Amino acid sequence: MSSRKILVGVKRVVDYAVKVRVKKDGSGVDLNNVKMSMNPFCEIAVEEALRLREAKHAGEVIAVTIGPKKAAETVRVALGMGADRGLHIAVPNGDAELQPLAVASILKTIVEKEKPDVVILGKQSIDGDNNQTGQMLAGMLGWPQGTFASQVEVDPAENSLNVTREVDGGLETVALGLPAVVTCDLRLNEPRFATLPNMMKAKKKKIETTDVSSLDIDVAPRIEILHVSEPPKRAQGVFVNDVDELVDKLHREANVL
Amino acid sequence: MSAAAGRASAAALVVADGATVAVRSAVRAAQACASSSAVDVLLLGRSSSADANAAAAWEGVSSVIVGGADQPLTAEYAAPIVQAQLGSGAYRHVVAASTTFGKNVLPRVAGVLGVSTVSDVIEVKEDGGGEVFVRPIYAGNALATVRSKESTILLTVRPTAFEPVAERSEGLAEVSSLAAPEEAGGGQSRWVGEDRTESSRPDLTAAGVVVAGGRGLKSGDNFKLLEEIADELGGAVGATRAAVDLGWVANDMQVGQTGKVVAPELYIGVGISGAIQHLAGMKDSKVIVAINKDEEAPIFQVADYGLVADLFDAVPQLQEKLKALPKKQ
Repeated sequence: MSSRKILVGVKRVVDYAVKVRVKKDGSGVDLNNVKMSMNPFCEIAVEEALRLREAKHAGEVIAVTIGPKKAAETVRVALGMGADRGLHIAVPNGDAELQPLAVASILKTIVEKEKPDVVILGKQSIDGDNNQTGQMLAGMLGWPQGTFASQVEVDPAENSLNVTREVDGGLETVALGLPAVVTCDLRLNEPRFATLPNMMKAKKKKIETTDVSSLDIDVAPRIEILHVSEPPKRAQGVFVNDVDELVDKLHREANVL
Repeated sequence: MSAAAGRASAAALVVADGATVAVRSAVRAAQACASSSAVDVLLLGRSSSADANAAAAWEGVSSVIVGGADQPLTAEYAAPIVQAQLGSGAYRHVVAASTTFGKNVLPRVAGVLGVSTVSDVIEVKEDGGGEVFVRPIYAGNALATVRSKESTILLTVRPTAFEPVAERSEGLAEVSSLAAPEEAGGGQSRWVGEDRTESSRPDLTAAGVVVAGGRGLKSGDNFKLLEEIADELGGAVGATRAAVDLGWVANDMQVGQTGKVVAPELYIGVGISGAIQHLAGMKDSKVIVAINKDEEAPIFQVADYGLVADLFDAVPQLQEKLKALPKKQ
């Protein structure tokens, strides 16, 4: 059994199947009474950490979340999937959502305390769609990064990770010396469910809560959100009866053929 | 030192991995940020030397800097080169296209510098002093207008939202080279290899026509039907996550929130239901056609022209019609 430690970041977000509504006053998206879940890419990150532990490449998997009180539920799900213990960096409720730079800064202090060998995150959260946190953390720590990973293999002899990355023209493989940061793409794995018995067992696992104010990190947003609006609506379309009519419309009306 | 040193600090730097259409769009966005000031292009990567003259011929580019030339690019190699170029303090904006290269490298640079980044910008507000941007959030279901309070503003820009700059009618920008700083590479990571998807069709994100297929195609072999249509129209072929996950087509053909964002003149979705995540990648297309046998499929809500039909009847018919049609000028 390897003594490697893996830190996994998980985020509580609006469930992927929910069609969000923009608030009328343009201040943001309405999150009242909306189903929340673990960000899908974070589930993949937890799964990969667990698989590395099951393959004896790691000894301990720690799940961390940063967010309001309810974010602890998200860590609990990671524990139900099989993570060993949880960390919750509590951020008071409110509109001030943490931005990736603040999240990466907080994660850096956790990394310095817990000294993991690998940090695994999702490639992006489906609310902010930023795709920044993992890269920022790697830059802050001076660690190598394996972003958009679709395959992760440990090379025990070299104490390195071979990460296959999904890039625009296909796939690319990089070898990363440890410690390293990995961000997960969709194709990395199929996350397991946290079954009811495992969720019951997870209630006994420990979640350590730390208030963000005790970390002495500037988490004030550096990007000010001025306004949130609905995207422009498309004009109502029409149904055509057959292929002839379709081609005729594309040719004469839309002028794209 | 580059030609940019000592210039007024409203200049913009475009960080690029080649002279691609996406980078030409990023130059346009950088021009919008820097208003009338200079836009320099920092070219990194394996084709950087070869591409330098192509980039030097783009309108609005005042200088091209080749950094750590002709290496396969890891983020650990690229980031210190970008930082070295920023060291002179000559740039207010650092812009990259939202390609996998831009998304990999720019936030790393931001982490090292301790500054924030604005991702996937679709509009630079004209009256915002180069600080106000619009970007999609929640899979494109909302648009956020944001102001960056940083003194050096890092952003990635969605290529399909900016018209690529044209070639200039005469003259070329100055080309210089920047030696890779010693810390580049750092021995932390090593580029091992790649497996590129071979395609003779245009790049998905730059194609004027995209023909995309989903689960309704029933098998990978049936994507041939779409390839024939795409070839008839000089377009590219895309896919939904379902089709990719089923192993029917390569991952890099995925259109959507987590795949590629396309905005062609004509998008034809075949056997695609239209999940939120797929719509995020195509709903800014100029004309959307949907062919699906389920008239309740959500894709019909964004389609300009919908055809409720069995794709295995409709697509071969469509191909014949297109063949017979005189080619568009």
